Amino acid sequence: MPLRVGEKNFENRIHTGLEDAFMRGAVRSAQERLRTRKQESSEELGDWEAWRDLGEEIRTHTLNHLDYYLEQLSDKVAELGGHVFFAQTAEEANDYVRKVAEEKEAQKIVKSKSMVTEEIGLNDVLEDDGREVVETDLGEYILQIDDHDPPSHIVAPALHKNREQIRDVFRDKKGYENSESTEELTRFAREQLRQEFLEADLGITGCNFAVAESGSISLVTNEGNARLVTALPKTQVTVMSMERIVPTWEELDVLVSLLCRSAVGQKLTSYITGLTGPKGEEDVDGPEEFHLVIVDNGRSEILGTQFQSALHCIRCAACVNVCPVYRHVGGHAYGSIYNGPIGAVLTPLLDGYEDNKDLPYASSLCAACTEACPVKIPLHEHLIAHRQIITEKENLGPLPEKWAMKMFGSGTSSPRLYRLASKQAHRAMRPWTKGSNIPNGPGPLKAWTNIRDLPAPASQRFRDWFANRDREDKS
Amino acid sequence: MKVSFFITCLGDMFYPNAGKASVQLLEKFGCTVDFPTSQTCCGQPAFNSGYHQDAKKAAKQTITAFADSQYVVTPSGSCAAMLHEYPQLLQDEPEWSSDAELLTQKSYELTQFLVEVLGVENTGASFKAKATYHTSCHMIRLLGVTSAPQTLLDNVEGLEMIDLPNKHDCCGFGGTFAVKMPKISKEMVDEKVSCIQETEADILIGADAGCLMNIGGRLTRKNDAIKVMHIAEVLNHSE
Repeated sequence: MPLRVGEKNFENRIHTGLEDAFMRGAVRSAQERLRTRKQESSEELGDWEAWRDLGEEIRTHTLNHLDYYLEQLSDKVAELGGHVFFAQTAEEANDYVRKVAEEKEAQKIVKSKSMVTEEIGLNDVLEDDGREVVETDLGEYILQIDDHDPPSHIVAPALHKNREQIRDVFRDKKGYENSESTEELTRFAREQLRQEFLEADLGITGCNFAVAESGSISLVTNEGNARLVTALPKTQVTVMSMERIVPTWEELDVLVSLLCRSAVGQKLTSYITGLTGPKGEEDVDGPEEFHLVIVDNGRSEILGTQFQSALHCIRCAACVNVCPVYRHVGGHAYGSIYNGPIGAVLTPLLDGYEDNKDLPYASSLCAACTEACPVKIPLHEHLIAHRQIITEKENLGPLPEKWAMKMFGSGTSSPRLYRLASKQAHRAMRPWTKGSNIPNGPGPLKAWTNIRDLPAPASQRFRDWFANRDREDKS
Repeated sequence: MKVSFFITCLGDMFYPNAGKASVQLLEKFGCTVDFPTSQTCCGQPAFNSGYHQDAKKAAKQTITAFADSQYVVTPSGSCAAMLHEYPQLLQDEPEWSSDAELLTQKSYELTQFLVEVLGVENTGASFKAKATYHTSCHMIRLLGVTSAPQTLLDNVEGLEMIDLPNKHDCCGFGGTFAVKMPKISKEMVDEKVSCIQETEADILIGADAGCLMNIGGRLTRKNDAIKVMHIAEVLNHSE
């Protein structure tokens, strides 16, 4: 599944989201649960703002020295007997993994959750070669068997589905016969997946953070499936996007702490896995062969620009969980595997403006995202910066809006013109005024009055009152 | 203390009473208030929509209008936050950037000015009513004013304040967002209205004209009798 998913037309996606009462109910309750838990677990940490500062500092430092740390990581992995491949594009990354699979004659491949493999569309490539790819994260598994329904949330990909819908998917696709209770559903998924793990020839994982000093990769999960992916198959391929790296285990400690609390409101998730190279002589399990694929896919072009801090993202979805727009339209409305505020920032950076020009406008700029981000990405500022590029550089803004803004610029820089126009407003709006409101405004005002009344402009502006008062005082 | 009042475009045209109450409050606590008549709009509609060249024109006009002011006070958290954006907006124009910085330093939102500069926590208002307060996003998250409005409201005699559920959620105004993304904006304001109704308050108090226009307009459209008031009107009210 590539970066962009689902229906192409933004308006249609929004409409579908707003009409989906099931999804909206599921999103609303998930948001409330997740943000309350995040609040509690971050308060428990003490000075959360100081932790955010530290998180930001670590990410800024690492990105400013990314070449150094990637080289260190690569050297370490090689020293440990692993293979490292730097992929500049999605195609290069896919081709590499494809070759490994071919070499190993892998018929069945198990995967743990990974956003970057979704981004590069790895599954499709492997499946086209006739290999069976099984997603083992519960959410991803549900979506995969439901005819590749796209993920709608960065951390909880099947968030848009409720238990009843999941029961139906299991029943229709896998012959499940039990109830919609969480226990029964997960037991069923576990039974199905256990067999897949045992039969797999190759394991593919993502990477929450690589640790440069030791050449390790870390995986943060609650289901333990990533451990099985890395423990059972003889060959392991880890695909990481190039910015997901920390200098040492000390920084990993801080970021994992921020990640778990921000993502799911836990001090730590049930499984935090650290893997250093292929299986050693004294290890009881682990892969005999280890490949690390480091994916650029447009990221190095973001480095050094005003958007560099978008690469701070640790994929916790805290911004998604507080976003009121996401709350109502759901993840699919973004048309990208990266949804919510960070999706609206990242997608145009990775995929260009042409097809994603509406995304930066899908925000009221309430800045709840910026406030929630554990590594202090100024998300709403990035959205404004995108808007500036869309209107002033790419010239993709609607023409009437462009003219309106030109008039705005002239009007607000000429006090005389401004005073004249605002003085006329009361009289000009009189034909549409009923009582103290305008219920059905003309022309462009319709977009406002279709939904809510507009107050009628006051007969005496504030400035007239003040001037009169001044005059009276002086006389 | 000399204070220049920045009414904002929406305040001037739609909420003159909020402006009058603000001026009276400032005078009550010893300020001499002037109104530079060359002021227009802070430029936020253009800035937030990405039209920064057009926003710069409004910004420069605002900087000029308040060049001689000691303090600039405005009854809007959002517009006050916009004034704080000027140094960055004009960073490539050295002849303006230092003046932009000066304006930022002397600009305050009304309740912030009352509490932080004048040290007022009780305006001496009295108001027998049951009310709830809508925290505006830009006031708390961009301007960083988190407690001043609540502190002042808590000290209004006779006013029963009820906490608004999900108070940190945006009301769906968002400037041009309200007309560019009307369907999403409608869902957001409807959720806000339900939360307000849940409080059974008679009055919704807000500190930003934009939020009040949006919520108030939706309330009247739904024939709801809840009254919408700007915080300055409440703080200046006496029974």
